Amino acid sequence: MSMVRVDALYKSFGANQVLKGIDLRIQEGEVVSIIGRSGSGKSTLLRCLNQLELHDSGSIEINGKRLDGEAMSARQLSEHVGMIFQSFNLFPHRRVGENVMLAPMVVRGESREAVEPRARALLESVGLGEKFDAWPGQLSGGQQQRVAIARALAMAPKVLLCDEITSALDPELVGEVLRVLEKLAVDGMTLVLVTHEMRFAREVGSRVVFMHQGKIHEQGDAKRVLDDPQTPELKQFLASTR
Amino acid sequence: MIDFTLWDILGHLLRALRWTLALSIIAFVGGGLVGALLTWWRTSQIKALQLLVRGYVELFQGTPLLMQLFLIFFGLSALGINLSAWTAATIALTLFTSAFVCDIWRGSIEAIPAGQWQAARVLGMSRLQTLRHVVLGQAVRIAIAPTVGFSVQVIKGTALASVIGFTELTRTATMLNNAAFMPFTIFGLLALCYFCLCYPLSRYARYLEKRLDVHGSR
Ligand SMILES: Nc1ncnc2c1ncn2[C@@H]1O[C@H](COP(=O)(O)OP(=O)(O)O)[C@@H](O)[C@H]1O
Ligand SMILES: [Mg+2]
Repeated sequence: MSMVRVDALYKSFGANQVLKGIDLRIQEGEVVSIIGRSGSGKSTLLRCLNQLELHDSGSIEINGKRLDGEAMSARQLSEHVGMIFQSFNLFPHRRVGENVMLAPMVVRGESREAVEPRARALLESVGLGEKFDAWPGQLSGGQQQRVAIARALAMAPKVLLCDEITSALDPELVGEVLRVLEKLAVDGMTLVLVTHEMRFAREVGSRVVFMHQGKIHEQGDAKRVLDDPQTPELKQFLASTR
Repeated sequence: MIDFTLWDILGHLLRALRWTLALSIIAFVGGGLVGALLTWWRTSQIKALQLLVRGYVELFQGTPLLMQLFLIFFGLSALGINLSAWTAATIALTLFTSAFVCDIWRGSIEAIPAGQWQAARVLGMSRLQTLRHVVLGQAVRIAIAPTVGFSVQVIKGTALASVIGFTELTRTATMLNNAAFMPFTIFGLLALCYFCLCYPLSRYARYLEKRLDVHGSR
């Protein structure tokens, strides 16, 4: 059974057809990098996977559960899919530890005593054990993004979606976030990332999906696709990123 | 003409000040409660409620407070509902306040970036949970300075209640002047009374604005 299964997915914004029939299977533990030009529909695809956008037609199954529109509540969905954003989106009025503990407490009704050790361990695992009581505004971008990862993991999702999560960071802070992702990958987390980090996609990713004009134009084993692109569009895209 | 000493005048004004304060506080608290309910409706996902509140806010923001007061006092009385000047003033100021704070609070909630809602949503929170645990805490920080600032408008607004015969600060001053005819002294002291109520509030609002301006850090 695939962890993520997308069939004939279509999505338009008004007259603008953004996804034009996406078929995608992702196995448990796979690390899939989605690459492609700006505007090719990468973010929209991710956002459909957790219903931040509702698709027009086609089907999405995550961990065997079918998502269609209102069928699955935000709460149920959060047990399957987590998401990290480019802009971190930490809750600025809550301390780092509270950011991590909030969802398990509010959504699952867990007690603070039950959640706190887990939250501390998660922060430890992203290298921020000592920041439990800090305010998000006091952290660097790289640290904030690592908190966001810990916060997402607190809901123990099966799949983690990452939308250009290093794009807003100063270059010297990108590495610390990628290392956390790499550790997750090694631990067997299923990752779907929209990324411009070709080296990361090649070294850590198991598969690369190239999107072009709302379709999957080329995909396959990460090293194969990046080292030996078949279509002229992908060749051109890769040339433009070097 | 009766002879009043400065202290007599001040004594009368200070006693009347209680009514101005009482009216202001009731209007502000009542208006805050109604305003909170309106804000909730205004930011709900039910179109009809949104429109209703929008109309209400436009109505009260788009007409003079004095007219609202007349409508409630004289208008209702023409329909056979006789309200005391005190009740009419309280109702009018409460409704007036609710419309304005609703607008301030709606704006504060809408100022919270969409990313906050989305982050909460993908963590599994419902709309109400997000509002309560993520949005309100931040919106309050945005709202507090303009809300305190608006309280000054409420205090000054209470002066209009004198027109329908409610004996608060301004009406007391007018009556004193009719008896003593010392307009400069009496209205000067009246102005001083309002200033002493309002100035600290506007200073406080400005202080809050500066202090809470630093987004995301405390
Ligand atoms: N919420 C939205 N409303 C309208 N158009 C949108 C929305 N989100 C994305 N789009 C449009 O969809 C297209 C694809 O956007 P996106 O999925 O963000 O691409 P990418 O992430 O690959 O850069 C763009 O043309 C964009 O303008
Ligand atoms: Mg994008």
